[in-house]
Amino acid sequence: MGTLNILIAVCLGYVALLFLVAFMAERAALRGRAKWLRSPFVYTLSLSIYCTAWTFYGAVGFAARSGLEFLTIYIGPTLVMIGWWWGLRKLVRIGRTQRITSIADLISSRYGKSPLLAVFVTLIAVIGTTPYIALQLQSVTLSFASFSANADEAGQLGDHDATALWIAAGLALFTVLFGTRNLDANERHHGVVMAIALEAVVKLFALVAVGIFVVWGIGGGLSATLDRIDASAIGTWQVPDGRWAALTLLSAAAFLTLPRMFQVLVVENEDENHLRTASWAFPAYLMLMSLFVVPIAVVGLDLMPEGANPDQFVLTLPLSQGQEGLAMLSFLGGFSSATSMVIVAAIALSTMVSNHIVMPIWLRLAEGGAMISGDVRHVVLLARRLSIAGVLALGYLYYRFSGGGEALAAIGLISFAGVAQFLPALMGGIFWRGANRVGALAGLTVGFAIWAFTLFLPSFGPGVFLPETVFEAGLFGNSWLRPEALFGITGLDPLVHSVMWSMTLNTAVFILLSLLTFPQPLERLQGAQFVNVFQHTGNPQGWSGGVAQAEDLMVMAQRILGPVEAQSLFQRAATAQGLAGYLPDPTPEFLQMLEREMSGSVGAATAHAMVSQIMGRATVSVEDLLAVADETAQMMEHQSQLEAKSAELTRTARQLRAANDKLTQLSVQKDAFLSQISHELRTPMTSIRSFSEILRDAEELGQEQLTKYANIIHQEAIRLTRLLDDLLDLSVLENGQVNLNIQRGSLTALLDHATASTGVSGAGLRIHRRGLDLDVEMETDLDRLSQVFINLIANAKKYCDAPRPELTIRVAQRDNYLVVDFTDNGSGVPRDKQDLIFEKFARVSDQKAGGAGLGLAICREIMSRLGGAITYLPGQGGASFRVTLPMRMRQAAE
Amino acid sequence: MSRKQSPLFLERRSYRLRRLMDGARLMPFLGAALWAIPLLWTREGGAPVSTSRAMLYIFSVWFVLACLAAVLSIWLDGKAESERSNPQEGPR
Repeated sequence: MGTLNILIAVCLGYVALLFLVAFMAERAALRGRAKWLRSPFVYTLSLSIYCTAWTFYGAVGFAARSGLEFLTIYIGPTLVMIGWWWGLRKLVRIGRTQRITSIADLISSRYGKSPLLAVFVTLIAVIGTTPYIALQLQSVTLSFASFSANADEAGQLGDHDATALWIAAGLALFTVLFGTRNLDANERHHGVVMAIALEAVVKLFALVAVGIFVVWGIGGGLSATLDRIDASAIGTWQVPDGRWAALTLLSAAAFLTLPRMFQVLVVENEDENHLRTASWAFPAYLMLMSLFVVPIAVVGLDLMPEGANPDQFVLTLPLSQGQEGLAMLSFLGGFSSATSMVIVAAIALSTMVSNHIVMPIWLRLAEGGAMISGDVRHVVLLARRLSIAGVLALGYLYYRFSGGGEALAAIGLISFAGVAQFLPALMGGIFWRGANRVGALAGLTVGFAIWAFTLFLPSFGPGVFLPETVFEAGLFGNSWLRPEALFGITGLDPLVHSVMWSMTLNTAVFILLSLLTFPQPLERLQGAQFVNVFQHTGNPQGWSGGVAQAEDLMVMAQRILGPVEAQSLFQRAATAQGLAGYLPDPTPEFLQMLEREMSGSVGAATAHAMVSQIMGRATVSVEDLLAVADETAQMMEHQSQLEAKSAELTRTARQLRAANDKLTQLSVQKDAFLSQISHELRTPMTSIRSFSEILRDAEELGQEQLTKYANIIHQEAIRLTRLLDDLLDLSVLENGQVNLNIQRGSLTALLDHATASTGVSGAGLRIHRRGLDLDVEMETDLDRLSQVFINLIANAKKYCDAPRPELTIRVAQRDNYLVVDFTDNGSGVPRDKQDLIFEKFARVSDQKAGGAGLGLAICREIMSRLGGAITYLPGQGGASFRVTLPMRMRQAAE
Repeated sequence: MSRKQSPLFLERRSYRLRRLMDGARLMPFLGAALWAIPLLWTREGGAPVSTSRAMLYIFSVWFVLACLAAVLSIWLDGKAESERSNPQEGPR
């Protein structure tokens, strides 16, 4: 009774000491004068949670069973630590710049802040860590049992399960008190780190003390112990090659991917430079921890009775030698190892569970999302406390179901193999930009499934989760699906078998699907950020300021960060922006900073979601940006359409303007025409009026005068009639109302008739005819054509100013056209008038104003009616008009 | 990379630093190679290696690696950060 009570008292006292240390450390950190807290050695010691009760108790058992193979578990992490320049430095940098809170957060962040991936990683982590926690429970339970057995108080202890339950409950309480006292913005736990650093010292000291006692107290010195080692059952090197390599790889992978290791390595890291020290100090620590394992195992095998559990040699050896004090120290060392592991693992897992599973669900369920009032921190804290209890409950259940009889190392390795499945996604994520979400998800799924099927479920023993038949005949009777001989390959060590298949297929699927699928824009951005973390440290996610909702952000931040922290944060930001008061403008920089701060408390994905919720439509994700880009493209297209329309409008306007100009011109023409008409009508009318007045009023007029005046009146009347006829003719022609009288006739006859009609034969004008000796038969309106010819000949007669006027009529036939040129030997039409001569009332000169200036206009209209044309032919040595007309007129023109 | 001080001196220093970084990168490979040697011990026909000798070898490698890492970490202390081109890199 006494021993057990002392044991419990020592445990409680030790826990109280840890509390005190943690409390002091947190107080010191709060006051900001905890420089010694940020020592690289504290960081190094905190890494020692890698050495759990598995190391403290299990390593000796491992060595007693399989010789030096246990060293692989420490060689792997040593290789990782001395290779810090490759991987850890990058991980820590990424963790710091991206405010990573857990390995699930890192993987989800890397692959486009995918909530699905975060949930998946969290679940694997919880399942994978469960055996490990069971291991701690088992070791502490065993150590209690060892003590009580030694003190003949086995009956007092009750059964092992009850002990394990009590220990689990105690550890849960302890962890809740330790890890969730507050919600730190950086997810750093100064107190916890300090406490586990102390525990690291305690367990190293205890193990080394037992080792020294065994070597020099029992073994009789160094050389004697070495002889004893060589003489023992594990006296020769007998580690299978496959296990040596596989276990080294596995432990190296697990060192990076175990949630608790990730927590202390990356999340709790204060300063990147601490890695520098840890790179040599932690290997040294591991070396010291494993230095005395083999001597203790060998001496234990020698001295302890047959059948004694080698996992307990560290404790039972001193007890058997009557060293109660040393045994107590050893017990404390083991207790330290177990508690520190459970605390950190539970904190890490609860962070993941609450950030990636509970909070998203709660945010979705809660009406109004992140904007409802009230402090959300109590929800987070509650979620974490429940998660811690849940994790420990799972560990206890695993302990119960697996029977609690296995070697510690075997349980630990199951755990290692489970979390090692993160390795491809993790390493691929930070070294390969091409890695994407689909690949990561698929690789994890495959790896996890194989691990669960080949190692995790079989670990409960046949018949618990997997029926016996599956072990013998394979899944669904497929012999190639046997859990310990996948694809028919038998004879492998089950662990090597499982690690080989799960890791190989995991990696292969991860790479293959990453190569085949296309990542989302955010993934690609994050990928660049992670892989090139040393080139740029900016945050990839942009926030647009836009509609300011600083007050809502404040409400939310207060609930996550706590009122004081949030207010000071906002005030600082406002001051930095040059504003008074508590509300800064929600600039992208501020939103980014706020999101980072909050992601320290609730994880990147959740923080992003919460800020998004408040900023509403104003947030700009990459998808939004792409949508905007799409819209821009659409707008540009729209704009080009508009431009086309506008060009069309311009064109139309130009056409309208041209039409308007033409109309104006026509109006001017009409006015001119009217005034011309009036003028032309008025001149003969004036004469007629004057002379008719003379005839009426003058009384004494001679016959000769009478005749003369009447003649004048008559001539003027004729002129007037002709003018009116012409006008009427022109109007008819222009309106297209003319009726053509198509006849067949000869051109020569037509020209003869025209010459005769003008009466030029006797007058001064001489007419020459050239070309076409043969007569040309043509079919057209001969009367109209002769009208044109007459007009042209009369014009030549009227206007030719040569001393001996001559007119040459040249006839030619081109294709189906008849070309008749009328060329005189006068001075011709001046160049600037050539365009005008076919217009109405256009006269080249006023001197010989014989007509009204309608002749050529009528000719033009007639020719166009007849399907031909009349043009002025310049450069012929005089006035020259060319008449072209088709040989056969087509009626269709009308 | 801008060098404002004596170029010759800095050139040598940065060269040395770069080689040290290379050394740091090679460390895990050195460790893996040295610790892979025990794989050769289990060949058929050879005399079995005793555990004490195996321990001596493995722990010696461990010790040497830790010492090398310590030397490298002291040499790389702080200089590597300032040597890199991007001035914004340091932790905030």
